[in-house]
Amino acid sequence: MSDILLSVRGLSTHFQTQGGLVRAVDEVSFDIRRGETFALLGESGCGKSMTSLSIMRLVPEPAGRIVSGEIRLDGENLMDLPEAGMRRIRGNRIAMIFQEPMTSLNPVLTIGDQIGETVRQHRRLNGAGARNVVLELLDAVGIPDPRQRYEEYPHQLSGGMKQRVMIAIALAGEPDLLIADEPTTALDVTIQAQVLALLGDLQKQTGMAVLLITHDLGVVAGMADTVAVMYAGQIIEKGGKEAFYHAPQHPYSRKLFASLPDVNKRGHRLAVIHGAVPSLARDFRGCRFAERCDAAWDLCHQRAPQWYRSGDGQEVRCHLLDPALAAQRPAGGAPDLPAEPQAHAGAAHAPASLLEVEDIKVHFPIRKGLLKRTVGHVYAVDGVSLRIGRGKTVALVGESGCGKTTIGKAILQLIRPTAGSVRFEGDELTRLRGEALRRRRSDFQIIFQDPFSSMNPRMMIDEIIQEGMVALGIEKDARRRQARVAELLEQVGLPREARHRYPHEFSGGQRQRICIARTLAVQPKLIICDEPTSALDISVQAQILNLLKQLQNELGLSYLFITHNLSVVGYLADEVAVMYLGRVVEYGTVEDVLEQPRHPYTQALLSAIPVIDQATRREVIRLEGDLPSPSSPPSGCHFHTRCPHAMPVCGQRYPGSTSLSATHRTHCFLYDGSAE
Amino acid sequence: MLMEGMAYFSSVKPVLLKTDALIFMLLAVIIAFGAYARGKAYLRAPWRKVFSSRTGMVAAVVIVFYGTVALLDSIHMREPLENKGHDGETFYSVEVISLLDLMLGPLKTQVEKTYSAPFATHLYAKETVELPDGSSARLYPRLEYGGAHLEDPQRDKGRDILLRSLSGAGAGLLAWVALGALFIWGMARRARASFSVTLKQILGGRTAIPWHMMLYTAGVFLVLIAVIASLAGHYHIFGTDKVGNDVLYQAIKSIRTALVIGTLTTLVMLPFALLFGIMAGYLRGWVDDVIQYLYTTLNSIPGILLIASAILMLQVYIDTHPDLFETDAARADMRLLFLCIILGVTSWTGLCRLLRGETMKMRAAEFVQAASAFGVRHSRIMSRHLLPNVMHIVLITVVLDFSGLVLAEAILSYVGVGVDPSMHSWGNMINGARLEMARDPMVWWSLLAAFVFMFILVLAANLFSDAVRDAFDPRTLSR
Repeated sequence: MSDILLSVRGLSTHFQTQGGLVRAVDEVSFDIRRGETFALLGESGCGKSMTSLSIMRLVPEPAGRIVSGEIRLDGENLMDLPEAGMRRIRGNRIAMIFQEPMTSLNPVLTIGDQIGETVRQHRRLNGAGARNVVLELLDAVGIPDPRQRYEEYPHQLSGGMKQRVMIAIALAGEPDLLIADEPTTALDVTIQAQVLALLGDLQKQTGMAVLLITHDLGVVAGMADTVAVMYAGQIIEKGGKEAFYHAPQHPYSRKLFASLPDVNKRGHRLAVIHGAVPSLARDFRGCRFAERCDAAWDLCHQRAPQWYRSGDGQEVRCHLLDPALAAQRPAGGAPDLPAEPQAHAGAAHAPASLLEVEDIKVHFPIRKGLLKRTVGHVYAVDGVSLRIGRGKTVALVGESGCGKTTIGKAILQLIRPTAGSVRFEGDELTRLRGEALRRRRSDFQIIFQDPFSSMNPRMMIDEIIQEGMVALGIEKDARRRQARVAELLEQVGLPREARHRYPHEFSGGQRQRICIARTLAVQPKLIICDEPTSALDISVQAQILNLLKQLQNELGLSYLFITHNLSVVGYLADEVAVMYLGRVVEYGTVEDVLEQPRHPYTQALLSAIPVIDQATRREVIRLEGDLPSPSSPPSGCHFHTRCPHAMPVCGQRYPGSTSLSATHRTHCFLYDGSAE
Repeated sequence: MLMEGMAYFSSVKPVLLKTDALIFMLLAVIIAFGAYARGKAYLRAPWRKVFSSRTGMVAAVVIVFYGTVALLDSIHMREPLENKGHDGETFYSVEVISLLDLMLGPLKTQVEKTYSAPFATHLYAKETVELPDGSSARLYPRLEYGGAHLEDPQRDKGRDILLRSLSGAGAGLLAWVALGALFIWGMARRARASFSVTLKQILGGRTAIPWHMMLYTAGVFLVLIAVIASLAGHYHIFGTDKVGNDVLYQAIKSIRTALVIGTLTTLVMLPFALLFGIMAGYLRGWVDDVIQYLYTTLNSIPGILLIASAILMLQVYIDTHPDLFETDAARADMRLLFLCIILGVTSWTGLCRLLRGETMKMRAAEFVQAASAFGVRHSRIMSRHLLPNVMHIVLITVVLDFSGLVLAEAILSYVGVGVDPSMHSWGNMINGARLEMARDPMVWWSLLAAFVFMFILVLAANLFSDAVRDAFDPRTLSR
């Protein structure tokens, strides 16, 4: 038996769409060895998922078609197999887990039934035998109390649990190769750490190979043995993980690393890859990355590069590494531009705070029964205090469901807070009603996470940007308003002509720019950024972060930056508030919180983030279980159910605020002298 | 000829019934919407998809034929009477006729004594006839108009029908070729291409819109109409009813009734459904509660009882106030309009519920939140952000409901709470056929005529609505 488990040679998958033929996968070749983790890394729309579907021969027909290539599993060409033969392979030899555990499970079947189905299919077991195997599998994927979970339905499980069930289903056939398509993208960081650790353990036990598909450089760093980078339907670089992370060779790979936000890059512009991933519907003559590449020269546009081997054994598809061309190459084509320092406006602003939020609470009543009586509350936000200075950025960090977004909306009075006060330049917003509130609205604005749903698809860009100006009466004259729209579009880096088009004609990054232009139109002082980059690719994320930073410097804007991405926080924020279940557990400057986290939850959160540089990797503090429900938070400190340092007092009352320094405070009995 | 026509139309007194006015208003709205949609890319794209669907466009041609008939039947007038008043004042006939009546001419006036079968030359019932020699006998007498020109019906009828059909078909074909050539010539001029190239493109089906299918459908219709026209003057194609009226004439006159019910009801129902649905979904709170209770209550009342009681009350009102209505046609028209209103009032709940749900989904969308963060007023959020985004649902529902309403009219008239008994409608024809089917020998042609006419319209409407749904339903857009 050879060392190679799966060998893909010259795989091409094409799609017939209305826009023409899309070459989603174009001449892709790679090998996966037994027991290794092979990571396929790339931005959205570059053909990663289609590669994995092609391996399973699950390309949606008739629109899609595998045009050429061979896929050999242990030497057997899967392309020659009939559909019936392929069913024997799927599940048995190659299994797959998907990004979205919520939609991959059938909501009307119990967990046990769904895993049992695969067990019966692949292991030819029935009745009690099958049940035992299912219980073993549930146990193997770390689901507590398998006997009870066996009878439960998918909606009774959390996202992380569902992904574990998906893994259990995949394992039921004892596959040789597990294809994991963005297995943790939809999960929170602490849950992601659990699932990734589980995958690693299972791989050690069973010796299966994993094809990991992801866009997250951090996940790849923690998991992979071999890395292949995909761009526009092709693999452009492949090699061992160590070599890849030590010295990426392809200009695209280098740029990806450079565009990652990081605390060390504070005050500098991030390197950006200008433009966006090209459409796969067009014909490529030269290198596919040439248009966006800083190191490109004439040849790159004319001839597609071959594979070249670099010193470290990496294979790269780039003319830069062609020894025959070394002399021909224009001098000074150093691809790795140092991050340029960004002009800092300095702390010229008055230190007075712009926004003061004090003990704000948002409780949603749970109503039941015929008369809609209130039977309980969801404590979405339960006593949060914040202070944002002029021209400053405060980051609000936490896992999904902790109430971050609700705070943002409560500050804007889109949701009326149940209690507490929101003072904006001294005005109490919670008491403003109707017209008085409308007049203040131009001062605080919001940018949403999903640039696809945040603009009315039935309105032209022109109308979208003007809407706020018209509603708030900022510019009465229509001609001047038109001029202002053009000006704003240029300010966010879009052509003036964009205003006569509809939102669907733009890419995600461009739409986010339009959203920023729309908020700027009303000249706000505070912008609440609700995960503005989490729906975007890495290279585009850097563009948006640069733009936000630049606008802050030019216009003196304040940001409340809501995110779960701590590297963005490190890059952009001045102060950080860490939230857990509706309350802030730790608050301080970026240096305080990211470098000396004190609250056990902050520590666990920071340790769970996959980091690229393995040398700086902290020991992962594995949190047990999931976020409790905000409708019945645990008594005492909300975190004590998952806390590794929990003491008896933690379950009895909520810890008060402890000041660790002038700028750093936390809610934890570990630092509270009164705990004893 | 032209002068005669001009003179005739200047002598009649135009009559604008209430439903006529509404129909022309609806037509204006549709034309205005078409002009508006041309300028909006997001509206143009799905319509282009509708226009490129073959079955959809064939159905559209059929609907256009029906619509033309209904429009012709909606231009009403009263003819002047011969005898003038003593001060030279002109009196007008109490009978209101339409442009369609003038065109159908003999169909309306050629009234037999009683039942006669399709293409019959003799009555369907025996009568005692006095023979030339003075004796009397019971036999089937010759019809006054149907096949009256034949010497010996037994011998000549088949040949005569065949010849007339052929000449009619020929004339129809000729008209089709002439009109088709004119159309293609017009297309060629617009595209600045030569006639033969355009002809090849259109007949080969290489155009974005399936013009060839539409031309063929129009051809079939033109030939059919020509054949019927050449026969109708001499025979009763669908026979005659109990009082000798031509059944074909009744079936054609019923088209307007059906289309009025199908379209005006929508016009009545839309404001309720749109306003209440979007308000309930967007404003929530007590507004939502009130609207929900309203439509739940309305839905729990059996629709047919509500309609029956409303119609019966109206009938009493009409009967006690005869002075309000100038003519019988105006009375019947009032009842038709009221039927549309009451059908509209009872049928808005379904669409309202759909819109409420869709709006609730939409109000959580970030663009609506962004608009409220900009301080945009509720009324503008509802009209500018929510309404255009639920329009596809409205359109799909309206087109789907149309055929249901046409059938509902038939059922209501059958039950006896539909349109005025004096008004031609397929429901009334079916209602009349109830007794005719029970007699022996059976009279089946009224039912058949109503069935054929209704079936073609409803089938076309359903096919067209399928095409509309395919184009507008966002779930099918991605495919």
